[in-house]
Amino acid sequence: MSFRRDIWRFVNFHIQSSLEHSPFLNPLRGKAFPPPAPPKECLFLTRAGLATRQRSSVRSKRAYTSEASRDDWKMTDDVSNSCQWICRNICQHTRFFSPSLPLSPAPSQPILLPPRYLRTSLLPSLVRTQFKRTAAPAPAPWHSSISFRFVSIFASTQKHEFSKMTRPRHPRTRNPDPEEDSKPTTSSSSGGGGGTAMRVIVPLQGVVQGRGGLVLGSVIPCALFYFLQLYLKRNRSREEHPPPPPSPSSSAEHLPEVPGLQRTLSRAHLSPRGPAHVSGRVNAILRSGDSPDIVGVKKYLEDAYDKMSNPDGVIQLGLAENKVGSDLVRNWLVENGREAMLGDELSISGITNYQPFDGLMELKVAVAEFMSQAIEGAVSFDPSQIVLTTGASAAIEMLSFCIADAGNAFLVPTPYYPSFDCDLKWRSGVEIIPVPCRSADGFSLNFTALDLAFSQAKKRGVKVRGIIISNPSDPVGSLPNRETLYNLLDFATEKNMHIICNEVFVGSTHGEGFLSMAQVADSEDFDRSRVHIIYSLSEDLSLIGFNVGVIYSFNQNVVAAAKKLARFSSISSPTQRMLVSLLSDTRFMQNFIRISREKLGKMYMMFTGELRQLGIECVKGSGGSYCWADMSGLIRSYSEKGELELWDKLLNTAKINVTPGSICHCIEPGWFRFCFTALTEEDIPLVMKRLQKVTETCKSRS
Amino acid sequence: MRLVVPLRGIVGGRGGLILGTFVPCALFCYLHIRRLRFLATRRVSERAEPIAKAEESPYYVGLGRVSQDPFDEVANPNGIIQLGLSENRLCLDLIEEWLSENLTGAMIGHGGDKRHLGIGGITGYQPHDGVTELKEAMAGFMSQVMGGEISFDPSRIVLTAGATPAIEILCYCLADPGDAFLVPTPYYPGFDRDMTWRTGVELIPVHCHSADNFILSIAALQQAFNQARKRGQRVQGILISNPSNPVGNLLPQKTLHDILDFARNKNIHIISDEIFAGSIHGNEEFFSLAKILDAENFDKSRAHILYGLSKDLSLAGFRVGVIYSYNDDVLAAAKKLTRFSSVSAPTQRLLISLLSDTSFIGRYLETNRKRIRKMYDIFVSGLKEIGVKYVDSSGGLYCWVDMSGLMHSHSVKEELELWDKLLNVAKVNATPGSACHSIEPGWFRCCFTTLSEGNIRIAIERIRKVAEMHKSSR
Repeated sequence: MSFRRDIWRFVNFHIQSSLEHSPFLNPLRGKAFPPPAPPKECLFLTRAGLATRQRSSVRSKRAYTSEASRDDWKMTDDVSNSCQWICRNICQHTRFFSPSLPLSPAPSQPILLPPRYLRTSLLPSLVRTQFKRTAAPAPAPWHSSISFRFVSIFASTQKHEFSKMTRPRHPRTRNPDPEEDSKPTTSSSSGGGGGTAMRVIVPLQGVVQGRGGLVLGSVIPCALFYFLQLYLKRNRSREEHPPPPPSPSSSAEHLPEVPGLQRTLSRAHLSPRGPAHVSGRVNAILRSGDSPDIVGVKKYLEDAYDKMSNPDGVIQLGLAENKVGSDLVRNWLVENGREAMLGDELSISGITNYQPFDGLMELKVAVAEFMSQAIEGAVSFDPSQIVLTTGASAAIEMLSFCIADAGNAFLVPTPYYPSFDCDLKWRSGVEIIPVPCRSADGFSLNFTALDLAFSQAKKRGVKVRGIIISNPSDPVGSLPNRETLYNLLDFATEKNMHIICNEVFVGSTHGEGFLSMAQVADSEDFDRSRVHIIYSLSEDLSLIGFNVGVIYSFNQNVVAAAKKLARFSSISSPTQRMLVSLLSDTRFMQNFIRISREKLGKMYMMFTGELRQLGIECVKGSGGSYCWADMSGLIRSYSEKGELELWDKLLNTAKINVTPGSICHCIEPGWFRFCFTALTEEDIPLVMKRLQKVTETCKSRS
Repeated sequence: MRLVVPLRGIVGGRGGLILGTFVPCALFCYLHIRRLRFLATRRVSERAEPIAKAEESPYYVGLGRVSQDPFDEVANPNGIIQLGLSENRLCLDLIEEWLSENLTGAMIGHGGDKRHLGIGGITGYQPHDGVTELKEAMAGFMSQVMGGEISFDPSRIVLTAGATPAIEILCYCLADPGDAFLVPTPYYPGFDRDMTWRTGVELIPVHCHSADNFILSIAALQQAFNQARKRGQRVQGILISNPSNPVGNLLPQKTLHDILDFARNKNIHIISDEIFAGSIHGNEEFFSLAKILDAENFDKSRAHILYGLSKDLSLAGFRVGVIYSYNDDVLAAAKKLTRFSSVSAPTQRLLISLLSDTSFIGRYLETNRKRIRKMYDIFVSGLKEIGVKYVDSSGGLYCWVDMSGLMHSHSVKEELELWDKLLNVAKVNATPGSACHSIEPGWFRCCFTTLSEGNIRIAIERIRKVAEMHKSSR
């Protein structure tokens, strides 16, 4: 121990004295140049690492003198710090290091060791030692500056060796850093192992070695990974989707027109330009013109049937208009309409002033009560989860906007209510993925098909956000059973999707076994936040013109968003006031639901019975104001074309407007929806007579 | 690699690079998938999220506060006085009188004939964009409101559930997501929601200054347009309010001509929000866009007028808005889009009767103007007394008040502090100019038509207190 300490002192002394003698460190001692030759002991120390040639010190002197004159290095370093640093290095390199030695801490000042230190023959050998031992020397600012010079000094003697070692470090001219100063020591002390560790990353050395090593090293591969994914996704969607999705495409298709929209700033073109263009997305809506249902309604409006004034007019069986209970409501309105609207105390401000956009609380309470009344009080609904809108269309649009982003998709079992196409696609830009149901299953939901549709959508890279079902099913009129609803919830939970349940015909069930989604969600420990129910007062109350839709959601976030969006479709207060009174009249409402259900059931039996006599079979329905009839025996070719031909014949020859299955996206041609509730009982024979004409001509031809 | 000494055990070894990249990547992916999986049903869609969490501008915060603690002379004399909602309650007695006389007839049919169009018309299917009778009545009403010189074509009218969806539908029809509208500031705070939320359209403010009496300058318009083009943004139109909403001034004929010229040169649309056309109380002449278009041979297909019954007929709760467009494509599209926001049939029935009663409407409009004028005079003289400046306006149900004298410094922050002081200390809810995107701080919009004369004095008194507090603190 004492021997080591002696050596330490010795080295310390010699280096300090040699540095002090330098004319550049201490210009007053200019004559001390050249400094005393390195003491033998010092050489001995360094020889532990390698054999220094005597010649080297001479060469370095020469090189230095030639260089010193044009050197403009500033002396900003702390000499004692430098010395301590050097000493520490010596100790380590020569394995004399002992923790008990009084090592000064790493210098707080950055050390820029100017080339003049090269004069001491000790230093070159030191550095060389280090180079030798660590295959790829770790960075240290002064190293780089020294080694830079060093190459020139030793170029002749050890060209191959140094050039190999120093080259990768030439561009590194970073600011010295106290932290980095201590690093070379650790690396060199760790010996060969550290050297090989560094070797591994040599190709990325410039990137990952610095301070941001961890950050860059993780961000860059991550970014690469993401780009790769993005690239793959794009390529895939391009291959599999020749026509891009509707909403972006509408703008894209518009693009070629843009040049026509030239808006140059030049005043020279003051001549009238082309007409101002509408937005691209609205062009798509404009073009989505005349599907059979719209044509049918138009035809009906032009030439509506009336028993007295127009007995040969078109009979409307295409709109789910419920006139069964309208007498009752009409009478109620005549009696109570005025009081209902103005209230008891005739408070005008209740209807003229601004009201909450999402509906009056009184109406929400009344609607919640009515909804629970319609399912015989099986569940009670919470008024605070209700948002009122102008009609079920607005409710569906709003829900789809809140749940899905543009380009996402909903799974919808077919045949489905034709308006979903407009409600979901137009402004929300949501895709509909049809899940075909077949007549063989009675058009009930097929989970294999559902699963298949889901996985296919996933393969295409389309995000499926939910399932929309109608309960009672809209064109078919059947009721999904308990098991189907539970399975559906399980499926949604498994795939992490939302369920939108369209229950607008809840009060129009005439068969047994209706089960609301709310009941199912209530009864078991499902994640209810994925269940949303759409309801409407139009169909059940025969109040189609009132246009009141209801969103009932178990998801607080969706309710919050829908409440804010309700500003775009709020119901006018006179209507709301009227409905509050109507719905609060529980005696009337109970009576109304009972009578209208009875009437509906009777009408259904009568209508389907008559159809059966004509040889047209219907799917057994227990809800809704319509029946789903199989007329595939009457179509000439078993295809959509044949179906539309028959529809055209029904409309123009028989003057009956019905809904063909193809616009409900039914995959089997030949199915038609007959909304019989728009008729009175006396009109049924007339409809049958007209139908008979068509069936006879079809049969005679075939 | 040295730097990662704390993680040396993992990244220092031979597999340093692999582990050092794999671990953060895996962590990142894991968190990402977790987030998607577990938040998917809780969360609303990405586009609905900003709407659900919409940051409340002072305009909406103020309205919310008032609804919690409304002023009432008897029941709650320390409540907040509402000066933030442009609602007209001055002529409710007239409407009430009419309704009590005619309601039954309007709803059920005239002369007590129960089989008349009445209830059948209410309960059956209606065209979403409004029944033709109401459109005709509305066209008549609009021309009556605008002085009877202009005639409106009922087939160019689309009725919506309020002016809010009317603006949204127009925006949707005229611009694609990312396109922009130029809107002169200060503008109605609701535009931010109506025009941008679902349509994805952006609003570019065109600043007007008090020095110009807040009249739009074409140079500013041109500049904003050029800047937008430089950014690569497509400007699809200009939205002007006439009478201007927070300020209450009317656009001069020349400015309207200039704006039309500008729109034609740039081939952009022009939407004129004339919802306050019937609430003009000054002597200045009001020039509707329709009037300008009638007079000259402009390309009309780029002009669209917004109207509603909320302000002029004091029927805010009825939710009736009007799109009057000269562009056939826009009309066709808007008609289709009204399926999402149609006016319910009972309201339509009622309005047909109300609007067809031209003698009542004439009387109503006349009285309404007089009463607004009276209230304006009272309010303005009160402001003069306490030494607060305002813009002389001749339209609208509000006054654009310069309260920068009550602020310590000229900044938006100070303005909001003053607003806060008015709301919480003085208990008066006014709309600060920053909510209207006014570029000059210190302006407030005060609507005076929801109050009675006595309450206006109370409101002025409360503002005076704030002014005195300011003086004493200085």
